[in-house]
Order: sequence, then structure tokens, then C-alpha cells
Amino acid sequence: MSKFTDFAARRRESTKMVPVPSVSIMPERDLGKAPALECLHLGIDFGGLKAVDDFNITVGRTEICGLIGPNGAGKTTVFNLLTKVYQPTRGTIMVDGHDTAGLDPARVNRLGVARTFQNIRLFNTLTVEENVAVGLHNQHHCGMATSILRLPHHWKSETYYHERALELLDIFDMSGLADHEAGSLPYGAQRRLEIVRALATNPKLLLLDEPAAGMNPSETAELMENIVKIRDQFQIAIMLIEHDMNLVMNICEGICVLNFGKIIAKGTPEEIQQNDAVIEAYLGKQKEADA
Amino acid sequence: MEALTNLINGMSLGSVYAIIALGYTMVYGIAKMLNFAHGDVIMVGAYICFCSVSYLGLPALAGVALSVVGCTLLGIIVERLAYKPLRNAPSLNVLITAIGVSYFLQNAALIIMGSDPKSFSSIISLPALNLFDGKLTISATAVLTIFACVVIMVALTMFTGKTKMGKAMRACSEDRDAAQLMGINVNSTISMVFAIGSGLAAIAGVLMCLAYPTLMPTTGSMPGIKAFTAAVLGGIGSIPGAALGGVLLGIIEIFARAYISTQLADAVVFGVLIVILLIRPAGLLGKPVNEKV
Amino acid sequence: MGIKLLKPQTRSTIITYAIVIGAFLAVTVLDGVGLISNSLSGQLVPICAYVSLAVSLNLVVGVSGELSLGHAGFMSVGAFTGVVVAGCLARMGVENELLLFAGSAIVGAGAAGIIGFLVGIPVMRLRGDYLAIVTLAFGEIIKNLLNILYVGVDDAGLHFSMTDSASLGMTKGTILINGPKGAVGIDKISTFVLGILLVLITVAVVLNLMHSRDGRAIMAVRDNRIAAESVGINTTKYRLMAFTVASALAGAAGVLYAMNYSTIVPSQFDFNQSILILVYVVLGGMGNISGSIISAAFLTVLPEVLRPINNYRMLLYAIVLILVMVVPHTKIYQRIAEAVRSRFSKDGGAASQSAPAETGGEAHE
Repeated sequence: MSKFTDFAARRRESTKMVPVPSVSIMPERDLGKAPALECLHLGIDFGGLKAVDDFNITVGRTEICGLIGPNGAGKTTVFNLLTKVYQPTRGTIMVDGHDTAGLDPARVNRLGVARTFQNIRLFNTLTVEENVAVGLHNQHHCGMATSILRLPHHWKSETYYHERALELLDIFDMSGLADHEAGSLPYGAQRRLEIVRALATNPKLLLLDEPAAGMNPSETAELMENIVKIRDQFQIAIMLIEHDMNLVMNICEGICVLNFGKIIAKGTPEEIQQNDAVIEAYLGKQKEADA
Repeated sequence: MEALTNLINGMSLGSVYAIIALGYTMVYGIAKMLNFAHGDVIMVGAYICFCSVSYLGLPALAGVALSVVGCTLLGIIVERLAYKPLRNAPSLNVLITAIGVSYFLQNAALIIMGSDPKSFSSIISLPALNLFDGKLTISATAVLTIFACVVIMVALTMFTGKTKMGKAMRACSEDRDAAQLMGINVNSTISMVFAIGSGLAAIAGVLMCLAYPTLMPTTGSMPGIKAFTAAVLGGIGSIPGAALGGVLLGIIEIFARAYISTQLADAVVFGVLIVILLIRPAGLLGKPVNEKV
Repeated sequence: MGIKLLKPQTRSTIITYAIVIGAFLAVTVLDGVGLISNSLSGQLVPICAYVSLAVSLNLVVGVSGELSLGHAGFMSVGAFTGVVVAGCLARMGVENELLLFAGSAIVGAGAAGIIGFLVGIPVMRLRGDYLAIVTLAFGEIIKNLLNILYVGVDDAGLHFSMTDSASLGMTKGTILINGPKGAVGIDKISTFVLGILLVLITVAVVLNLMHSRDGRAIMAVRDNRIAAESVGINTTKYRLMAFTVASALAGAAGVLYAMNYSTIVPSQFDFNQSILILVYVVLGGMGNISGSIISAAFLTVLPEVLRPINNYRMLLYAIVLILVMVVPHTKIYQRIAEAVRSRFSKDGGAASQSAPAETGGEAHE
């Protein structure tokens, strides 16, 4: 019960999974199941400004999808819409076939969307292990009275949280840091802990907001491996915002390019690299800068 | 006619709250602290005025001037000694310090002036005005208070809008670090705000004691809390909000006292505050602040 | 197994209980040999009440991170409910003091908890200083309502009135709560032992809650509300949970406090009382339970100790309060602290090893 591979195993049995890597942000090929995420005409206005408009996307159940675009294109706003930190002005968000209209961020998470934040948001005064245990909150229940009275079930729960948290931390070889205060960790470790905490909520879709920001090349390479490993092991969809083109082009099966709140291109990394609109809006500048 | 009298009395009490609330709101705007000692500055101001008139035999206006000067100095000193070292400390530490200052002022007044109430009416008393053949009685105090509040509001609005110091003040409340980078002396600006707030508190203290002439070391604490409530009601940090909140609160309090129950007047006032905050969580004129994700 | 091998969490829990039990034993022994003065022994029950109040308020202010300025309101709900319950039980012929106290404390805590829950529902829609002012407002409203509450008991049962004691319509009954005059003729059944028991229960409830699934959720919401929401935590529920539990514990402490005096009046439980409890919490350290215990006990005793300089004692109290808050932030203090720290670290590993033990205790002055 407490093996984290169990989730994945259960899901593998119940789904006729398309062999990874699947192709791109295209309609779901696993026809027996709803896609992990489906957005239709999603949009939000900030005081008359259309920050995001007509955002349509379908993310397959085990797809790694990149969301790129110049600064201020509205990428993080899309994440905030998907997790209901902002309520959309228009459009529909379907998670695993369920409409998320009217739900709050906590409910959306329970439906299966977990995320990390661009500006790291850990529970700084709690330990690393406790941070992950908070992520496990809805995976195992133990009532207030049970805890206060220290009934046997409380101790069973604590054992569950402890063991499961360590298992999850082991993905990033972090179980040795379990008793450290989260706020005192180095930057890279904090980013990794955020991913572990998000994974602890047993998501179907994991949103990573600039996971490689502030990491050095070797850390980034390790992160890339780990992202693919997480997808394979947990059989989940991952959507990531990233400025590191090397990372995006190497691990994403599908890429969606955003500029001024609108999608200007969707496709495989190869297609995106050759798309004129993208080159003009984004990669073009990048190439000039590189040259 | 009774309703009209109540309305005027309410506006008068509300004007006192508004003047005190200005001090709360300006200090909160710039220093992001709840200055719980502000209410006790009112009491100090009233005592200074009382002493200078009854012991030194000065004319009433000189007493008022002296109390404004005294409280302004008090505000600056308290800020320098107690709050300035805590500029980057957790806000709760600042709150507790303010409470310490409040205790200090109350107990210092208790030791110096004694616990027996001083009657303010013995030094200054204004006549009542009879209008409409005596059908409507308005105290001159009420008129004076409302007038003073209007003058102060206009002056303060012009000060913050037009003068260099006022602009610096607004810049500091918007973003203290950015203001500092633009060459604004943040420390002296904050001192200035405390000085203005405390000076206003002195005026409020005298006006309040004209209407409710018992002066004790604890006189300032309840009006202080009410004025704080008024500042929050109007939207803390907003100067017009403080005025609106203060006047509204005063009117509600007087009407509740007249038509509902004397004992429940405070409960009604606080009840209104709660209802308004539930509808507008940042107060009537406050801007809601959204956390950036 | 040495105490240093334990997790910091377990260690601080053990230390917290040890402080309470140690204090109890010390006071009992000193009292046995007659070293406790009359005025101090009169303070023992209030000390326990204030310790419980501080610990429970710490659950809201320190653990949940919400500034509450109305804790005395919940204390008074408990106190007055307890008085009514004790009055009823006494009339029903219950004479066992332990039973009387337990009944009052449980019902008092329940009533305060319910009021706390009801108040919490609107309060938890707000944040920060706005939340603080609304708790202050509720505290004052509770005080105002108690001021016009009249309760009496006779053979027909309980009688309530909101106008005066005459309208209770009793012939041969006892007036339990008499409006602004408060509750009179209370059976003084609170004892130091009961006080310590209540402190232990309060500490156990708060610590057990903190170190559990729900407690972690409460602290997660405090540390980062948006992140807590993103991992599926219903933030309102957990803020409300902390608020309600703290209110109930304050109610129980209110019963203990009330049963130590023959008379209590609603105006005792005003804003200043709430502030007093808040001072204990801030001085003891946010979320630091043993800190709350020590500072509440110390600051309750302090005015008693200063009684010889009667007129100046509250002035001195105020100065102490300001200095304790301000001095650690002055440049001179920081320079000295830095020098002391570097001296200790030169001594080798001993000092640095004991450093983790101080986590969360930095506010001890």
C-alpha cells in the first residue's frame, strides 16, 4: 500500500497507455480515457487587458508538454488559471474529464492538478519531511480528535506520512535532508522539494513553473532526467514553463508557444523550431542574442 | 428635531473620531504599524491643555497651542525611542511596543495627575446655541468640532497633494525602499507623520473633552479604539477613508445610543464594522491588495 | 537514550511538560515549608489561567499566524457559562467540588468553542490587520452583551433576561449573573492542582494538535497560504479549526479564573485583557509553547513582586515591556550578541552542537 509505484501500477492496469513518448499536443490518442487536461477558449482579463485569450490545449495523460514564450506572455497566468488561483473570465478547463468551473485551488488539486511556483513557495518553518507530509494531506486521513487524543490510528497515520514522505524524497535523493528546515535549504534543493511536495498530492497533471531557474547546467541535466523519470514512474502528464530551450526541446513531446496572451504556435519541438511566427516572436531574438 | 440634534451630535463625535483616525491611518500607511498608543496621546493632549489653563492660568487658546506642541514633540520622541529601532522587526513586536508605550503614558499620567477625574468644563465651556425658537439646541462645541474637522481635512489633503513633504509621505507609504532610492529621507518623513498625527490627536483630545468633560488617565483608550475602528472602516491607509469612517461611526454611535440602547451602542458600532468589512474586506475606501503568485 | 538523540520536536515537547510539572512540584514543596507568601499563593490560580490562555492564544497567533485581539471575549464566555453551570449543579445538589469544576469547565469550554466557531466563520474571510480588528470588535460585542445579561436559577429552572434582574420573574431563586454587576457569590472552588491540571490539558491539546496531520496543515497555511491551497488544503477550515480550539481552551481557562473569585464582572474581560494575553504570547515567542508558559507566569508574578513600589509598578512594567521588545533590535545589543556568539563558537563544537536545541526559542529574553 505504501509503495509509491502502486499508484502508477494501478493506473497502468486500468489504462491502455500509448507508449511513451507520445507525439505532441494533439487530441488524445488514448481514446478510452479523457485527456489529463483540456482547455477550451480559456481567457482572463485584467481591467480590460486580455492577459490570456482563447487558450486551447489538450494534454495527453502521459505527455510532457512545454509552455514557452517571451517574458510577460502570460505563461504563469495560464498556470494560475489552471490551478484557479485566478478565476477565468471565459472558457472551460477540464481536468481528467471533469469541469473545474467554480472550484477553488484546493479542490482543483484534489481533482489532480499539482504545481510548483516560479518564486518558490515552501512551508519555510516546517521541516523537509513535514513539507512533503502536508502534500500527502489528502492521501490519508486522521481526524482532529484522533490526533489530540493520540488514538492508535494517529500513530498509524504518522508512520504512513513518515514512510511515504521519505520514499518520495528519495526520488531526488533528499531523504537525508528530511529533518532540515525547508527555508534553510539551498535554492536547487528548494526547487526539488517543491516538486516532491506536488507529487505527494498524487496528481494526474503536474505543472512546473520554471523548474530549472537558477540551476547550473549539471543540475539542469539531472533535473531533465528526473522529470522524465517522474513521468515514467508515476504515469502522469507534466506541463512546464521554462526558458532553458535545451531542456524544453529535449524532453517535451509537445510545445505550446504563447505571446501577448495568445497561442501563436503548437507542435513538436522540431515543428516549433521551424515555425516562422515563433522565430520572429521569440527564438529569433534569442538567436540574435546568441550570435 | 430630535433626530437633527442627534445627527449633529453624531457628526461632532464623528469628527473627533475622524481627527484621531487620521493619525492612525497615516501612521499605518507609512509605517505599516498599528499604533495603539495613539489613543493615549489624546489623553496627554487634554491634560496639557487642562494644566496650562487651570494651573498656569493661560488663556484657553494658548492651552490648545501648548498641547499641540507638547503632543507633537511627544509623537516624535516616542517614534525615535520606541519605534525607530524596530523598523525591520516583525509587526507584532512593534504592536507590543506600542502597547507598552500606551501603558507607560497611562501610568505616567496616573502618577502625575492622580486617578481622580478632572472636570474639563471648569476651564473651557462654550454656550449652547438655540435655533428655531429653542426647538433645536446645538452646542457650540459641536459646531466648533465639525468645523475643526473640515479645516483639518482640507489642510491635510492639500498638504499631501501639493507640498513636497506630502508627496514624500505618499511615496513612502507606497514603497518605502523605492522612495529611499529616489532620495527621500524616509526616517524624517516617518517622524513628520508621527508629529502630524500626534498634533492632531492633541486637538482631538481638547475637542473631545469639551463635549465629554471628564478627564482621566484612561480617557483616551476607548476613543482610541473607536478611532482605530473608524480608520479600518474607511480603509486603513486612506485619509478620506479615515474621515468618512470617523463621521459614520460617530453618527451610528449617537443614533444607537438614542434609539437602541445606551449599553449596546458600542456593540452596534462594532457590529456595523464587522458587516462592512465582510462586504468590503479592505474597508469603504481601501484598495484590496492581491498577493502576486 | 540521551535527550540529545531525540528529534527536536520530541525534545521540546518533553521540556514543555517538564517545566509545568517542575513548577508544580517546586511550588508545592516551597508552600510546604512556608516560603510562598500570601499574596503569591493568591496568584497561583490566576497564573495557571493566564498560562492556559497564553498557550491557547499561541495556537491562533503563533501556530495559525492570525492576530487575534479578542481572546478575553472567549475567556468571558467560558467564565460566565461556568458560573451558571456551577450554580445549576449546586442547586441540583452536586457538592463534590471536582465534579462541579469539571462540569463547569467542560460546558464553559464547549460554549466558548461554539461562540468561537460562529465568530470564526465571518472572521476567517478576512486577513491580517482586518482580521485583528474584527476579533477586537467581537470581543467588545461579547463584553457588551454580557453587560446586559441577567441569569437566575430557581426550582423551575434557568431564567434569562436582557433588561434587568427583576424581569427574571423568579420568586425564590438565586441570581447568577446580574448584568454589569457580573456574577456574584461564586463558589471559590478553583485550586492550584486543578489549575495545573488544566494547564497540562491545554498544553497537551495544543502540542498534540501541532504535531499531527491537522496541525501541519494549520502551520502550512500560516507559512504560505497559496502553496497550502495548491496542495489541496482547505485553508479556511484549518484557520477556523485553530481559532475554535483556542476559543474552547480559553473558555476552560475562563472557568478556572472565575471560580477563583467570588465576583467577576464583564468589564474585566475587555480589550486590555486580550492585549495582556497577547503580550505573553509575543514575549514567549510565536508558536513556542514553553515560551508562552514561562512568560505568562513571569509577567503575572511581576506586578506582585513590584508591589512594594506600588505606584510605579505598572510604569516599570511598561518600561520592561518596551525594553524587551526594543533592545534586541538596537545596534549596541546586536554588536554585543555578535561578540558573545563568536566567543562561544571559538570554544569548539560544544556550542554549535547545542545550537539546534534553541530552534524556535529565539524570543526568550
